[in-house]
Amino acid sequence: MLHDFDLDVRAGELLGLLGPSGSGKTTLLRIIAGLDFPDRGRVLFGGDDATGLPVQKRAVGFVFQHYALFKHMSVADNIAYGLNARKRADRPDKAEIKRRVGDLLDLIKLSGFADRYPSQLSGGQRQRVALARALAVEPRVLLLDEPFGALDAQVRKDLRRWLREIHDRTGQTTIFVTHDQDEALELSDRVAVLDRGRLEQVGTPDEVQDNPASATVLRFLGDAVEVEAIAESGQVRVDGRPVPGVVSPAGLIGPVKLYVRPWQFQLTEPSAAHLRGTVRASHRSQGRQRIEVERGEGRPLLVEDFDGERYAAGHPVGLRIVGGYVFA
Amino acid sequence: MSETAATTFAALPAKPDTPRSAVTEGRAVRWTLIAVAIVFLALFLVVPLATVFVQALSKGWETYLATFREPDALAAVRLTLIVAAIAVPFNLVFGIAASWAIAKFEFPGKSLLVTLIDLPFSVSPVVSGLIYVLVFSAQGVFGAFFVQHGIQVLFALPGIVLATIFVTFPFVARELIPLMQEQGTAEEEAALTLGASGLWAFLTVTLPNIRWGLLYSVLLCNARAMGEFGAVSVVSGHIRGLTNTIPLHVEILYNEYNFVAAFAVASLLAGLALVTLLIKSVLEWRYAGELAAGGRH
Repeated sequence: MLHDFDLDVRAGELLGLLGPSGSGKTTLLRIIAGLDFPDRGRVLFGGDDATGLPVQKRAVGFVFQHYALFKHMSVADNIAYGLNARKRADRPDKAEIKRRVGDLLDLIKLSGFADRYPSQLSGGQRQRVALARALAVEPRVLLLDEPFGALDAQVRKDLRRWLREIHDRTGQTTIFVTHDQDEALELSDRVAVLDRGRLEQVGTPDEVQDNPASATVLRFLGDAVEVEAIAESGQVRVDGRPVPGVVSPAGLIGPVKLYVRPWQFQLTEPSAAHLRGTVRASHRSQGRQRIEVERGEGRPLLVEDFDGERYAAGHPVGLRIVGGYVFA
Repeated sequence: MSETAATTFAALPAKPDTPRSAVTEGRAVRWTLIAVAIVFLALFLVVPLATVFVQALSKGWETYLATFREPDALAAVRLTLIVAAIAVPFNLVFGIAASWAIAKFEFPGKSLLVTLIDLPFSVSPVVSGLIYVLVFSAQGVFGAFFVQHGIQVLFALPGIVLATIFVTFPFVARELIPLMQEQGTAEEEAALTLGASGLWAFLTVTLPNIRWGLLYSVLLCNARAMGEFGAVSVVSGHIRGLTNTIPLHVEILYNEYNFVAAFAVASLLAGLALVTLLIKSVLEWRYAGELAAGGRH
């Protein structure tokens, strides 16, 4: 289910469609490919209306979530499928197809695997074959549906970097769907955030993180704590103290919600703080520590700090807020 | 049956003191169950089947072969082959079309179609035959039309073919529907995005994916088409040398107390059954993964 919106994809860019499951991102991708058709609205490719064009004529490369490799064909035949499916007049000759398949196998670093069958490959290798198969037809746009969704964490990271390299080398306009924020932010030139069929924001990874358009975008891009605050004359105050670095939108006066990232808190003396509480638990991971702070009522706050001083449970602390977001 | 036995043997503990799983029965119980199954099989399947061949050859090879030099027997074999050669390809095409529609598309009336496909399995073949008699006899719904145009449906080849198609049409569809549903549409969609036409995608992607299931179901469909008795008996009219198929010919010979000839002709059908069983087992053993799990008949 998609609502009305415009999304402009620039030639040569790597665009990430980010959203929770059910947000409509895969539907959007399938509409672009011509696998699904919209009730209304249009799909334009470089100014040409492609809305009524069948999938075969759209010249898109689609990489499916579970790869959809042809089980009964070798890796080389899988990659050559799109070329072999062409009408005789447009079909490159056998030697040319062989050369193109060889080049693509080099590109995906599976040169020795031409005669293997999909069942003999690992998940990551299958993913790369699926990509080569889609690239073989020289598509106008490459569409990837949750390309790394079915892989384990390490393979996923390697493939991410590798996909970025391939994109930088080929300049292929690419749209990929993901529900993983890190993946979208690391890989994309621009990120389009979707939620419940609506396009919430489009921008570079920096833009969507620094200036999220809505609380939905903000929350989807990472953890955030809601803090009761008062907006007045451009400032936002918590417990009477102004919060540095936060400007309230023009005309907004009165009680507001301030959204604070875990790293926008500093632990400090209770007397000089915006908020006070006691440490409930803390744990360390990758040079950072995450501290749960209990405040009498409501859910405990999650605060992120450098892996410095450790705090015992029950230790009273003050929290200074050094940033945050307010939405009109 | 053989599969069940094989699994049981594989689950036997290597040593008597190996800890047993909770679902494994004691040794005595297991052997008793296996023995009961084997005795039952021998009594009800193997012995009768062997009897067919023993009876057929009871007067020696010469008499056995003479049965097949008889024109009526030859005519029956020829008719059976012709009927199977029409009915099986028809059901192959129908089966692929129906399972394609059911497995890959959503449309109103889908579950009704699935139920209807199963109808011939739940209706007695005699009833199926009677339906055709009612529809195509001179007083029937379409009977007048065919009589006017001088086309003989009942008591002739068309009637026999129709009745055979009716009783055998679930075989292909029933095997392919679960198989295609399990395979989904992703590979076909991939083919389409790569520029393949619908027909090319079907030929190069769908068909290779279902080929073993297809062969399996055609085999069973053929065995039933050649062996069908009830429905064909009603519509055939039992005209010797003209509308008798192999099973009908066997019945006639038997009723005339010509036991050797009856069993000799019957041995053809029994042989067909054994060959079918053999190929079916090979397919199940070799391509188990590419057959529909629920499609075993």
